[in-house]
Amino acid sequence: MPDAFGLKNAKTTEEVALGIRRRVFEHTIRNNGGYLSQACSAAEQLAFLYNEALTLGQPTLPMIPKPFGGVPSASNPDYHTGAGYNGPFEPQFDRLFIAPAHYALVAYATLIETGRMAPEGLEMFNKDGSSVEMIGAEHSPGMEVHNGTLGIGLSTGAGLAWGRRRNGDAGDVAVFMSDGEVQEGQTWEAVQAAAHHGIDNLWAIMDVNRQQCDGAMDEVMQVGDIRQKFVDFGAVCVEIDGHDLSAMRQAKQEKHEGKPLIILAYTSPTKGMSILERRFPKLHYVRFKSEDERAEYNMSIAAELGIDPIDYAH
Amino acid sequence: MVEMVARPYATAFETYAVKHPEVIALSADLTSSVEIDGFRDRHPEQFLSMGMAEQNMLSFAGGMGLAGFRPFIHTFAVFLYRRPYDQLMASVAYPRRKVRLMGFLPGITTPGGMTHQAIEDISVMRAIPNMTVLETGDATEVESIVEVADSIDGPVYCRVLRGSVPRLFDTPLRLGELRVLSEGTDVMVVTAGITTEEAIRARGALDAAGVSVRHLHLSTLKPFDAEAIIAHAASVKHGVVTLENHVVAGGIGSMVAEAMAEAGLGKKLIRLGLQDTYAHGGSRPYLMRYYGLDAIALVRGIERLMGVETGIDENALDAVRVDAVHSNVKAEAL
Repeated sequence: MPDAFGLKNAKTTEEVALGIRRRVFEHTIRNNGGYLSQACSAAEQLAFLYNEALTLGQPTLPMIPKPFGGVPSASNPDYHTGAGYNGPFEPQFDRLFIAPAHYALVAYATLIETGRMAPEGLEMFNKDGSSVEMIGAEHSPGMEVHNGTLGIGLSTGAGLAWGRRRNGDAGDVAVFMSDGEVQEGQTWEAVQAAAHHGIDNLWAIMDVNRQQCDGAMDEVMQVGDIRQKFVDFGAVCVEIDGHDLSAMRQAKQEKHEGKPLIILAYTSPTKGMSILERRFPKLHYVRFKSEDERAEYNMSIAAELGIDPIDYAH
Repeated sequence: MVEMVARPYATAFETYAVKHPEVIALSADLTSSVEIDGFRDRHPEQFLSMGMAEQNMLSFAGGMGLAGFRPFIHTFAVFLYRRPYDQLMASVAYPRRKVRLMGFLPGITTPGGMTHQAIEDISVMRAIPNMTVLETGDATEVESIVEVADSIDGPVYCRVLRGSVPRLFDTPLRLGELRVLSEGTDVMVVTAGITTEEAIRARGALDAAGVSVRHLHLSTLKPFDAEAIIAHAASVKHGVVTLENHVVAGGIGSMVAEAMAEAGLGKKLIRLGLQDTYAHGGSRPYLMRYYGLDAIALVRGIERLMGVETGIDENALDAVRVDAVHSNVKAEAL
């Protein structure tokens, strides 16, 4: 799809997804911990969003992120969000919310892979005084709202989409979601409200990796048939293999007049990093138990991702 | 006697909103209870029914704010912050969205009991960074709060009176300006909302008993004008009594206490209101009597502060005529 932003298709979406996994892997090895599993499951979805699905303008913020500039306040007139990495707020452009803010590391890697942020940005991850926060804040690169508590992203997207429709904007509102959010009642409130008000310039892609902080979702809280639940609450809902980009493209084309579209992307939380299967189902945040383990993961995952092992400081 | 105004909010909101298309009324299944049913029927394009789903409503309103709209969320005060507190923080207050939180039936003005009575809302709301907090004490303030609220560059929480509301003031609510309703020299009384009418009633009897009251009425609770409060408090002999439709912890009594302490003003303070207790369901006069929020409670508080007995009883209070406050004293601040 043609776009105002020339760099958009410098890489194929497959290359972007691979690049995301490589960057998150490298970061995790270097820092002895990270959100590895989220890169495994969501790399294709975030690559698809930024490289194909969204119509976004050129970034308006510096390639190397500025330090933390203070929280929103009447006494902070220079405050701005991190949404500028997704381009300007213009009627023709789409908007994106990353609802599960703990995917921030993966989202930052996506910005780098799509030429929207410099690789140096990831070096600032979770450093004191940095805007590149561990749990993505609204002032972090690529973020527009503070979604640190799960379940509020879709509601905010629905409200913005309602307003954009009233304003006659051509751009849509997209929300990247995680499947754990279906345990929150607010998610269902959001879907029913979007359906009731016919908000169809809203769509979401949900990383259904069946994982949450405590472990496998089925052990923590069973959620039943979420496709059926989304349909019953008034959405159009499509299920796909979340690592199959052609299925993702097709799902995005699904007609959803008068209703929001929810794409359930079924994914593997160890995709591309098979050694993580050993840790199943404790995958939310990977921290190595020993230097030996760190070295073993480094060798194994590097080989699987087709790169040299990371040379990290011991 | 005092003029009673029927449904002042309904008229005021409609008059204002029709001139401002970016104002959208949101309602959570209490549309007639918050007096916007007529507006809904006459202006459906400016009304959004959000159902009984306050968490979504708050975040949705935040999203609307991103698109340049100024949602007026109408529901009972208690439902604006207890259930959707996280959404209020993350989607409205933190990002400074221009969301107008119109909270009806504040404190014990509802017979609905604990679940319906917002008794700690001022305490909660004033602790939220970026939040402005307003309260209406009469029909004139209800009529003027819509425009004042919508002038604020950020979120605002309003305690709004509904139904038949007395007209006490002849000048509109002005942001940040307290009203000096009497300029006595013995004791300072600070009230807001429905307790102001009680204090006016008590004042009449206190005057007759020789107690000179300096009476301040607050409609802007945050930002709190500590400087003005201290200037007035310093000018009275015996100290300060606050009377609020709220728990005494964190509300107006606490604000006054903080101001006095920070200024080093060594005067007595008695905080009247709900004393670390929930209320239960009942009529407003019953609840105000039962929980000590009424005129006689104020008289007893002042007696305690001054160490006197005024001899004022219920009959003396009943005989007091309450009229609208015309601006014979400087009605607007200092």
